[in-house]
Amino acid sequence: MRVLKFLLQKEFRQILRDPSIFRILFIAPMIQLLILPLAADYQIKNINLAVVDHDHTQYSQKLIHKIIASGYFKLKDYSATFPQALHSIESDKADLILEISAQFERKLVKESKADLFIAANAINGIKAGLGSAYIQQIIQSYNAGVRTQWIQFPRFDPQPTIEVTYSDWFNPNMNYQYFMVPGILVMLLTIIGSNFAALNIVKEKELGTIEQINVSPIKKVYFILGKLIPFWLLALVVLTIGLTIARVAYGIVPVGHYITIYIFAAVYLLAVLGLGLLLSTYAQTQQQSFLVAFFITMIFNLMSGLFTPIESMPEWAQIITKFNPVSYFIEVMRMVILKGSGLADIKSQMLAILGFAVFFNGWAVLNYRKRS
Amino acid sequence: MGKEKVISANELTKKFGDFTAVDKISFEVEKGEIFGFLGANGAGKTTAMRMLCGLSLPTSGLATVAGYDVYKQNELIKKSIGYMSQKFSLYEDLTVRENIRFYAGIYGLSDKQIKEKTALLAKQLSLEGEEKTLVKSLPLGWKQKLAFSIAIVHDPAIVFLDEPTGGVDPITRREFWSLIYEASERGITIFVTTHYMDEAEYCNRVSIMVDGRIDALDSPANLMKNFSANSMDEVFLQLARKAVRSE
Repeated sequence: MRVLKFLLQKEFRQILRDPSIFRILFIAPMIQLLILPLAADYQIKNINLAVVDHDHTQYSQKLIHKIIASGYFKLKDYSATFPQALHSIESDKADLILEISAQFERKLVKESKADLFIAANAINGIKAGLGSAYIQQIIQSYNAGVRTQWIQFPRFDPQPTIEVTYSDWFNPNMNYQYFMVPGILVMLLTIIGSNFAALNIVKEKELGTIEQINVSPIKKVYFILGKLIPFWLLALVVLTIGLTIARVAYGIVPVGHYITIYIFAAVYLLAVLGLGLLLSTYAQTQQQSFLVAFFITMIFNLMSGLFTPIESMPEWAQIITKFNPVSYFIEVMRMVILKGSGLADIKSQMLAILGFAVFFNGWAVLNYRKRS
Repeated sequence: MGKEKVISANELTKKFGDFTAVDKISFEVEKGEIFGFLGANGAGKTTAMRMLCGLSLPTSGLATVAGYDVYKQNELIKKSIGYMSQKFSLYEDLTVRENIRFYAGIYGLSDKQIKEKTALLAKQLSLEGEEKTLVKSLPLGWKQKLAFSIAIVHDPAIVFLDEPTGGVDPITRREFWSLIYEASERGITIFVTTHYMDEAEYCNRVSIMVDGRIDALDSPANLMKNFSANSMDEVFLQLARKAVRSE
């Protein structure tokens, strides 16, 4: 145990003496947490709309007003013909075309049935999909309004439709930052944890100092613990800074307890650091270990459910996410912060992450050889 | 000189695939000896030394170091030896004092012993007042002397030195060898590889490796006599010319 004390003392001295480690560990995450969530916005605003109104009646005008008044759309173009409107899509000025047929008012009043045509620019798939969905909702509500107005004396309810009312539990205002910010924090911890651990041992290999360690009677478990503990503590500090930023800058206060997050994070970091250590036992140069760590964390992050819901991934990808520690932590973060889940609720995730920690670290200890 | 054997190797061999880096070498080193391990680049000196230190697993043959078997008791060997590799291996971002403390600590010295050793080394190396200097800002000669002193900070039975004086000026080399003599007088056996033939003459006995084999092993004086040479340089050249493999 005394050996561990000397190892830790040495690591901390080296870390605290290296200004670049400090910058990367603390300043970079802060900047990322302040900027990334603003950019990763799921709400689509400012959809540029081109309208082709062949009708020019009170009704068509009302519809257009209603759409613009929703706040999601900007009227970019008011063309006379469809090809003209199409041109503004081609030149990237518009995202969506709404074509109102010439008989719109007459048909609507006399036959109580009219046609509209929507064309979306699907180069940006998300914008096209959400834009079409928004505009359909607005048209439906417009439709309902017209029907109520025209059928004066209803024998039955004039609206035989089933109306759905939403209630978004746990995040009533659907504030996307509530689930993006904790997710990005998890992503940062993962990148920092795995990369630093991976680079550190390999650096000793490059310098040749590891040879001096290998020729000494240090037990390899102590050596690995000596590498693990300092970065584990530093990563918990990064987590603290991240949660503070989430609270101060985004007003995110967990419904559950901070302690639940920390307990899970403590185990999670062991897993991520273990992965980094494992990589470092295979790599010979810092470049090697950095590139492999980068590749793995990128896949972990993209398949974590942060950007796209896991449920909508193809089945094979869903199976892969079961082997992705990041997805568990993001899930837990959202559960604790939005739903107020406690330790009992995150038991299955905790067990899974414990498994990862044992697996990665066990493999790293086995694969680290003092003798070639 | 005592007759106790601290290193004995019998047909020790290391192969990397088809390449035989060390080919059935046999030799013994007595306690307190300064044993020179000579050979051209690529002759297999470092590989042989790494096997004895427990850093590399032999392919075949037998060897004991400080009475321990290199196959099974390699972790016990490590307690009894010091090692200074070809690559400079102190932590450059730690100070002189911190390096001494770290290496002394991992070999199990007590805080009191560490304190005494630090003071002693600082005095011995004329590094007094430089204890808080980062190792990277020391001149190479001092770094090498410090590395040697740290390699024997735990008073091992044997110290292995792999080309310890590479790139160092003649004055510093001389100072370095006086440190080696001091250590030898304390009873530490010295196992040293070198390219400098004047250094070979400082050794009690010298072995010369050619193509993975030991081609000659004797005291420098006897070697010169047997090869009818005027200096170790000539002995070495006569042997090394036979080498068929290069780096």
